Amino acid sequence: MPTMNIIQAVNNALRIQMALEPKSIVLGEDVGKFGGVFRATSGLYDEFGEERVIDTPLAEAGIIGAAIGMAVYGMRPIPEIQFSDFIFPAFDQIVNELAKFRYRSGGQYPCPVVIRTPVGGGIRGGHYHSQSPEALFVHTPGIKVVIPSNPYDAKGLLLSCLRQDDPVLFMEPKKIYRASRGDVPENDYTVELGKAKVTREGDQVTLIAYGAMLHVIEEAAAKAAEIGISCEVIDLRTLMPFDIETITESVTKNGRAVMVHEAPQTCGYGAEICSSLYERCMAHLEAPIGRVCGFDTPFPYSLEHEYMPNAARVLGAIRKTLEW
Amino acid sequence: MSAVEVAAVQTDDDLRRVLDDDGKVISGVTVPEVSDEELHHLFDTMLMVRIVDERMMRIQRQGKLGFYMKSLGEEATHLSVFPLRQDDWIYPSYREQGAWFWRGYTIEQFLNQLFGNCKDATKGRQMPVHHSANWLNMVSISSPVGTQIPQAVGTAMGMKASGTDQVAMTFFGEGTSSTGEFHVGMNFAGVSKAPAIFVIRNNGWAISTGTEKQTAAKSFASKAIGYGMPGVRVDGNDILAVIQVANDAVARARAGEGPTLIECVTYRVEGHSSSDDPSVYRNPAEPEAWGPRDPLNRLRGYMKNKRLWTEGMEKEISDRCNDEISKYMALAEAHGAPEVESMFDDVYQDLPWHLKEQKEYLLSQARTKNPHLHN
Amino acid sequence: MPDGQSEKTENEAMPMPPQAPTGPAFAYFDQDEEAKALGLFEILSEDSSYDPANTARFDKALSLDLYRGMLLTRLMDKQFMALQRQGVLGFYAETLGQEAAGIGSAAALSSQDWLVPALREHGAGLYRGMDFGNFVAQLFGNANDVTRGRQMPLHPSDPATRYVNMSSCIATQLPHAMGIAMGIQIAGDGSEVCMGYMGDGATSEAEFHVAMNFAGVRKAPVVMVCQNNQWAISTPGTGQTASETIAVKGLGYGIESLRADGNDILAVYEVSKYAVEKARRGDGPTFIELLTYRVSAHTSSDDPSRYRDESVTKVWRTKRDPLVRMRVFLEKNGWLSEADFEAMVTQIEAMVRKSVEKQRDVTMPPLSSLIQDVFQTPWWRLEEQLATLEAIVD
Ligand SMILES: Cc1ncc(C[n+]2csc(CCOP(=O)(O)OP(=O)(O)O)c2C)c(N)n1
Ligand SMILES: Cc1ncc(C[n+]2csc(CCOP(=O)(O)OP(=O)(O)O)c2C)c(N)n1
Ligand SMILES: [Mg+2]
Ligand SMILES: [Mg+2]
Repeated sequence: MPTMNIIQAVNNALRIQMALEPKSIVLGEDVGKFGGVFRATSGLYDEFGEERVIDTPLAEAGIIGAAIGMAVYGMRPIPEIQFSDFIFPAFDQIVNELAKFRYRSGGQYPCPVVIRTPVGGGIRGGHYHSQSPEALFVHTPGIKVVIPSNPYDAKGLLLSCLRQDDPVLFMEPKKIYRASRGDVPENDYTVELGKAKVTREGDQVTLIAYGAMLHVIEEAAAKAAEIGISCEVIDLRTLMPFDIETITESVTKNGRAVMVHEAPQTCGYGAEICSSLYERCMAHLEAPIGRVCGFDTPFPYSLEHEYMPNAARVLGAIRKTLEW
Repeated sequence: MSAVEVAAVQTDDDLRRVLDDDGKVISGVTVPEVSDEELHHLFDTMLMVRIVDERMMRIQRQGKLGFYMKSLGEEATHLSVFPLRQDDWIYPSYREQGAWFWRGYTIEQFLNQLFGNCKDATKGRQMPVHHSANWLNMVSISSPVGTQIPQAVGTAMGMKASGTDQVAMTFFGEGTSSTGEFHVGMNFAGVSKAPAIFVIRNNGWAISTGTEKQTAAKSFASKAIGYGMPGVRVDGNDILAVIQVANDAVARARAGEGPTLIECVTYRVEGHSSSDDPSVYRNPAEPEAWGPRDPLNRLRGYMKNKRLWTEGMEKEISDRCNDEISKYMALAEAHGAPEVESMFDDVYQDLPWHLKEQKEYLLSQARTKNPHLHN
Repeated sequence: MPDGQSEKTENEAMPMPPQAPTGPAFAYFDQDEEAKALGLFEILSEDSSYDPANTARFDKALSLDLYRGMLLTRLMDKQFMALQRQGVLGFYAETLGQEAAGIGSAAALSSQDWLVPALREHGAGLYRGMDFGNFVAQLFGNANDVTRGRQMPLHPSDPATRYVNMSSCIATQLPHAMGIAMGIQIAGDGSEVCMGYMGDGATSEAEFHVAMNFAGVRKAPVVMVCQNNQWAISTPGTGQTASETIAVKGLGYGIESLRADGNDILAVYEVSKYAVEKARRGDGPTFIELLTYRVSAHTSSDDPSRYRDESVTKVWRTKRDPLVRMRVFLEKNGWLSEADFEAMVTQIEAMVRKSVEKQRDVTMPPLSSLIQDVFQTPWWRLEEQLATLEAIVD
């Protein structure tokens, strides 16, 4: 089985789907000959031609608007937004249009658009190459949000997204784009949407995260194990709709949990997870659910390592829930 | 814009016209090929719009409809869709009733949408006048203006990629040309040479904003140069000129020659919508100045000259429309609102667990009294 | 206060641009709107030949000043790029080949005017007197950085010279430039103008459209300058727009639009001067397209050989190089000897080196700076978050 990183896995999924589904079209800035600034669409232009791998002008509202029109016409567009920080010129098209098209037409016009975009910090990108705006989109009914944490899931989840009819924001954690490597089957397979994954079993504290932060909680869990604390690690994978069962079950069992994400804390995605867990597991909770998040500041450049949640901070939160 | 300036618009050199204000063909111009039957159909559609508008605004005033938008004086612009085939696509804005009727959207369907009742094809999801008819390749109307423009281009790009000779036409007001979406849509179309046709209804006003506050360009059509496509200005109250220009644009698009921008110069004779009062911001003499250029009257004049119009025929159309409106209005009012659980449908293809929970919760609650009259 | 602010400016040798005498009347400006937008204004031809009647405005002081601005840009770009390659700087983007466009346009501004940059105007900012030490501190994002290390390298900000803080997001600055001009119009004393910059790629964004449209309608005192370097990362001009020129886009907003050879600094200066003076008179906005070429890679993260024919680049790097063209002009006039040139190079290189030495080992901004400037005063949660962080770091 070949080893791939996340970029290669995404690329592989795109290639498989493009070959299988002639209506799929990749479009975005620099996705063609250049193969994308992160190389995720590398080789697609040569293989599928410029009609199906379209270099667009520099306009995100145009990219998403055109993708919607293609989907309405019956195609399967896969637009790329170069960085999720640059998604905001297209915010109107995503929030007001893409997410509502099916609903507002009474089901007449589904919009199967899968937007791919790199997300998150840790690459020395400062304010505008580091943000994690996932919560804004989870808060928009009508669009699904998926963030893989490893190459295997990246490929399987992306293929799942491309084979269902709802719009999806597929956010690729760019800090681990190359760093996360693993075995990825070359054949076609899917990973089910809406299903979290328990990546480590434990019976004291449940750690929940997604994307690049999964690796941080894994590291924290390993460190915790060294000092005799047993953590269960859950990779959410799909943020909307999320897997309530898996997290409820784990937190009911352990009575303690820590939620981690790099997006700012206030009104962040973790707030929803905590709230849902309080509704379902209150009687089993032994301590308030800990949250380790990005701070409520714009993403900084020089101090990014202080800003990003790390294993030490997660370990601190684990201790706190145990000492409660 | 004063009434005097309005008059000047009509005599510009670059304004394409076929008919004069009385419906006589201006000498030396080409008249597009339109059969007698088609002329009759055009007249029928324009009159229908006028009658429907009139009746709907009346019931809106009576409090039976939450909202309505008329297009008095702009009916000819809607028929830019004349050269389209049924397999072509239309991305309308909220003021092209004629395009819907021309395509085959019925008064019954129209009314059900306005009332947002259980027979509304869009399940009562949007305000009145936000139609959607996938069986006619007419795409769901959105309230934020301009959003449909890049979407129409996307559809046109899809047509091109699929190797068909279909075209996509989109409508919007002159005010909407100031949005970012106009810019990105036009630019994408220019670069991709997509078979897209952009129809600007320049009706002089964007709610209370006149055209001189909307742009400093010499015309809206002149914006096309910045996107490497032709821009044409046409007398939007002259149905034959509108058709002529649309014919050319559609032919260009079908032949793979790319997009065209059409500016239909017309006038919004009444308020922006049922919520508007234009007397606050514009000179009442201005709409009056447009009276003589009424598009329906001009078509009537042309047909009279061709002996295609009779009082009887007009009365027949008018009676038919009025009867249909009365009949379907009663029905539309009688149909109840969509089922409450339908609120959760179509957010996603399948109902996710959290919406299932929310639906069960809502159904377990005492029903609130629906304040809408149609309930 | 970071020491950067109290530090004496390191580029005092860089005075504000000398004000040029009135220039000659060029027939180019008398043409109709379309002819101007479709044409190409030029003074110094590719082989540096010119009609002396057209260069009367460029005396020795102004000419040398313009040249020095370009040379500074080029030499420092080279040094910073080398530092990036060595891993000392996280990121850098050169303006190689575009020095005339940036410097020539900014030189038309007076000290009270505003400059709203895109991504390749740092040379222009320094030319207008931005403190060099502060600039270098920003590249390092260290404690001396007046913007507290908040952004990636090459996002300087200098209120003193009215060089406005920029964002990495393409085109967002254009409505701001227009808004500054509206502010000038409404509340200013009529002496200021604003110059807003963009790349060719930026013209595709919605913000370009809204900014241009507002400027046209309001007749704001703004000069919108497009450095058309013919590339937006891997997207060539033809992938960006189907219009014949970039300048012609201005006509859709009723804005007078000029187009000049962006590698001819004299032409750049003249069109910019024309536009700035017009705005200052209250005669409204101008759109300027400067035709140039991105000889370098997009940024330190890019490799252009993947997507373009580098033999074309070579022509622009050699035959059309803006510094070579201007240097020949200076030599023909006897204003720059080989020795003068060497001295200039030595002086600039020493300044850059000295500044880098001073800034490279400066510590990062303090942790507490993390929660500053989100709001005027941090709210309770930010205080709480800082406390958690400090507890862990201790
Ligand atoms: C994005 C957006 N901004 C504002 C509005 C409010 N609005 C509705 S219609 C309208 C004026 C549109 O004018 P125009 O494009 O000329 O079309 P017309 O109404 O004249 O047909 C405005 C401002 C809106 N619907 N969407
Ligand atoms: C809104 C937005 N979208 C995408 C990007 C990524 N990006 C950075 S520079 C660039 C190309 C800019 O091209 P141009 O405007 O011509 O400027 P140049 O780099 O040539 O000076 C792109 C696409 C961005 N910074 N902002
Ligand atoms: Mg209007
Ligand atoms: Mg460029």
